[in-house]
Amino acid sequence: MSPAFSHGFAPGDRVRVKDDWPEARGRCHIRTPHYLRGRHGRVERVLGSFPNPEDLAFGRPAPARPLYHVLFDQPPIWSEGEAGDSLLVEIFEHWLEPAPKPVKEAA
Amino acid sequence: MSAPARPESLALLERLVTALKAKGLVSEEEIAARQASTDRASPEIGARMVARAWLDPAWRKSMVANGAAAAEQMGVSMAGAPPLGILEDTPTLHHLVVCTLCSCYPRAVLGYPPHWYKSFEYRSRAVREPRAVLAEWGTTIAPGVQLRVIDSTADYRWMVLPLRPAGTEGWDEAQLAALVTRDVLVGVALPRVPMAAAAE
Amino acid sequence: MTDAPIPAIHDLGGASRYRCTPVERDEAPPDDFGKRVDALRQILAQKKMMTVDELRRGIESIPEAEYFSLTYYERWLTSITALMVEKGVIAAEEVR
Repeated sequence: MSPAFSHGFAPGDRVRVKDDWPEARGRCHIRTPHYLRGRHGRVERVLGSFPNPEDLAFGRPAPARPLYHVLFDQPPIWSEGEAGDSLLVEIFEHWLEPAPKPVKEAA
Repeated sequence: MSAPARPESLALLERLVTALKAKGLVSEEEIAARQASTDRASPEIGARMVARAWLDPAWRKSMVANGAAAAEQMGVSMAGAPPLGILEDTPTLHHLVVCTLCSCYPRAVLGYPPHWYKSFEYRSRAVREPRAVLAEWGTTIAPGVQLRVIDSTADYRWMVLPLRPAGTEGWDEAQLAALVTRDVLVGVALPRVPMAAAAE
Repeated sequence: MTDAPIPAIHDLGGASRYRCTPVERDEAPPDDFGKRVDALRQILAQKKMMTVDELRRGIESIPEAEYFSLTYYERWLTSITALMVEKGVIAAEEVR
């Protein structure tokens, strides 16, 4: 992943999960589910800062990274489902970027 | 598929434990003590927290703000445990918890995760066809209620705080807690008032 | 995102192979083997000999065929054993 760059997201901020696939580049451990890569969501709340699991998993020094609860519309992800249903997922800040443009609001 | 471990796995475990013991890194007593303390955690803890939240608005507020502190007040040692997040159901929103990447589960207040929570089927389907999964539990979300699936991927563990069911007016904490099963705390089920009790 | 790489084996969200496959509602608690592995993992974590993230990384490193044939706590044991060898806590010969 790219070096830490704090966007300092706040609740309500629109974000995009990076469309990045470290697992295609070699050994890694990541906690961002594949189905959210490249997806737009909205920061629901700031959950605090936690040592980066991507480093912890290899016994490396693990600087704390901000963690957010991010809300996503559920149906667009699978092209099925019930309008209004949503997914709420913990995502580390280094996996998020500001959403380039307003997107359809989740719930 | 909660098949028994294969004989070679049983043997491997004992070789590992023997090697660690030989180096003074673990002891049989430590393992037994840890197993006993793990066995003590059960969904009854989460159920009591919910029942109390239904009865005491101030407690509810503090529990939603800090689930781990609330669990500590219930006598649970949260030292070393991940933070506990509380997901408040509302008349228009129901929560369901899954961990698609492994099996993150609020063990401190629910005990060991059941086999199905760790199953490939639950992990893959709960985020994609959650209403179909709920239907297997006989759980129907009322019209107008949105479903929010929590994929527990990182450092928190999550427990559902469901709505208090109608027909429980005047019930005490123990009566209410009895309605709150493990499945309710994960969100695959809703609290159900037994017909006989509701008729009283 | 149709050209996205194939997810890692443990990254199961939405996996098509389980579509409409009923969740087997097995309520059996862990057996003695599972509880012992579980307790051992907690002790090793408490003693700072491994993290839960290392456990997960080890589980995710299990080759696919084995990943799906092992039971839950067998996967844990496989990972813990590999980690203890990787860290030099024990020698590979001791668990062979």
